[in-house]
Amino acid sequence: MPDPTPARFTRTHEWARPEGEEAVVGISDHAQAQLGDVIFLDLPEVGARVQAGERFGTVESVKAASDLYAPVGGSVVAVNPRAATAPELVNQDPMGDGWLIRVAVEGAWPADLLDAAGYDQWVASQAG
Amino acid sequence: MPEHTPLEADHRRLGATLVEFGGYLMPLHYGSIRAEHLAVRRRAGLFDVSHMGEVWVGGPGALAFVQQLVTNDVERLRPGAACYTVMCRPDGGIVDDLLVYRDEAGCLLVINAARHDADLAWIRAQLPPTGVALDDRSEATALLAIQGPRAGAILAPLARGADPLRLRSYHHADAEVAGVPVRLSRTGYTGEDGFECYAAAARAPELWTALLQAGAPEGLAPCGLGARDTLRLEAGLRLYGQDIDESVDPFTSGLGWTVKLGKGRFTGREALTRLADGPRPGASVGLRLGPRHIPRHGQPVRRDGTVVGLVTSGGFGFTVGAGIALATVTADSGGVGTRCAVELRGAAAPAEVVALPFYRRPSD
Repeated sequence: MPDPTPARFTRTHEWARPEGEEAVVGISDHAQAQLGDVIFLDLPEVGARVQAGERFGTVESVKAASDLYAPVGGSVVAVNPRAATAPELVNQDPMGDGWLIRVAVEGAWPADLLDAAGYDQWVASQAG
Repeated sequence: MPEHTPLEADHRRLGATLVEFGGYLMPLHYGSIRAEHLAVRRRAGLFDVSHMGEVWVGGPGALAFVQQLVTNDVERLRPGAACYTVMCRPDGGIVDDLLVYRDEAGCLLVINAARHDADLAWIRAQLPPTGVALDDRSEATALLAIQGPRAGAILAPLARGADPLRLRSYHHADAEVAGVPVRLSRTGYTGEDGFECYAAAARAPELWTALLQAGAPEGLAPCGLGARDTLRLEAGLRLYGQDIDESVDPFTSGLGWTVKLGKGRFTGREALTRLADGPRPGASVGLRLGPRHIPRHGQPVRRDGTVVGLVTSGGFGFTVGAGIALATVTADSGGVGTRCAVELRGAAAPAEVVALPFYRRPSD
């Protein structure tokens, strides 16, 4: 059965998947592979507001510290407690159990988000 | 174009992420640096480090030549022993760090891949007109390192001609491992007990496969250069190109213990004698940060707001559970226990000068 609500991607390698009025946010499989083992995450607290395209946290990996940019704007309604204590989940299942935050979306979804095929194409165009 | 390890096809089959290092395409990891790091600390890991250079120094003048080339005292080594050392320019700058294996017939120098050409030029320029012959065996030689508390138990049943468990630290012997002739040495770059096997490049795949198969029940994991870097950092071991280079001397970079000023003439001795007695440009220290702060190469170290040095190697110590760094700081900036800060991406992270190594294996 096809995923009824596929994720949409930023060009900064985050994804957001609509669930009703909310969005679950994480980083792409390509991003986790590039980062290597995630050591810890700096994520906003529940109640914090995030803005589409703006920095909302940091992912620190063996390789580097990288900023996270929100695919959508709104207020944070949940932070993945398992990813906070076991950040390797972000490597193991970046599109599933390794999600980062859940946002109550305010306003429209940005029009420049990519679908999975568009994102893959964009990643390929950036390589080499 | 990078050069290729004889095990590249094996690494690809195991799903390795390959990166160019020292001019070679080498495995960075096979999925998780953390898992590989912990496998070496708890069980055992197998590393392909065939990028390392091997240079044989033979002839009647070999030992005397190596003695004047490096800072450590290789004449005190008996055949079958080895030592870690550096070789320096006349001004004390480090040309490379290396292992010297003493054999009956000469010495084997094991050098960094990225320094291969520079080292060879440096060594050739100092050769006497007669009595010493160099043989660069780097291309023909593969090097596998099996490291960790179970390394000996995995290796022993495969070894003929020498008993790995009776080989002392920094000693070596000719042996066969899984039928492959090797120079077997009890050395490594991880802070664990372990062994290194030098073999003909053409025999490397069968040696690699035999070790992985024999080690599987013991939890032996193939490990890449990523884990090698985090392991060596926890063990306080320096890396050429990061912690040491031609601009620093062994005393300033924490390798003063490899300099044997009393052994007689060697290249750099005059400069190093002055540095041993007089003021030094700096000191190499260990810094421990919190569990959520990871220092990186090149970041400034501050004490009371003033920059006193730079991180030379930084990362996360998976065994110690904290960000750790080697840093070169001004000589007067304080010993163990001194509080300082590392500037991470604009924010100051509290750090403390700690004794090296960050990790010491439980004594067995």
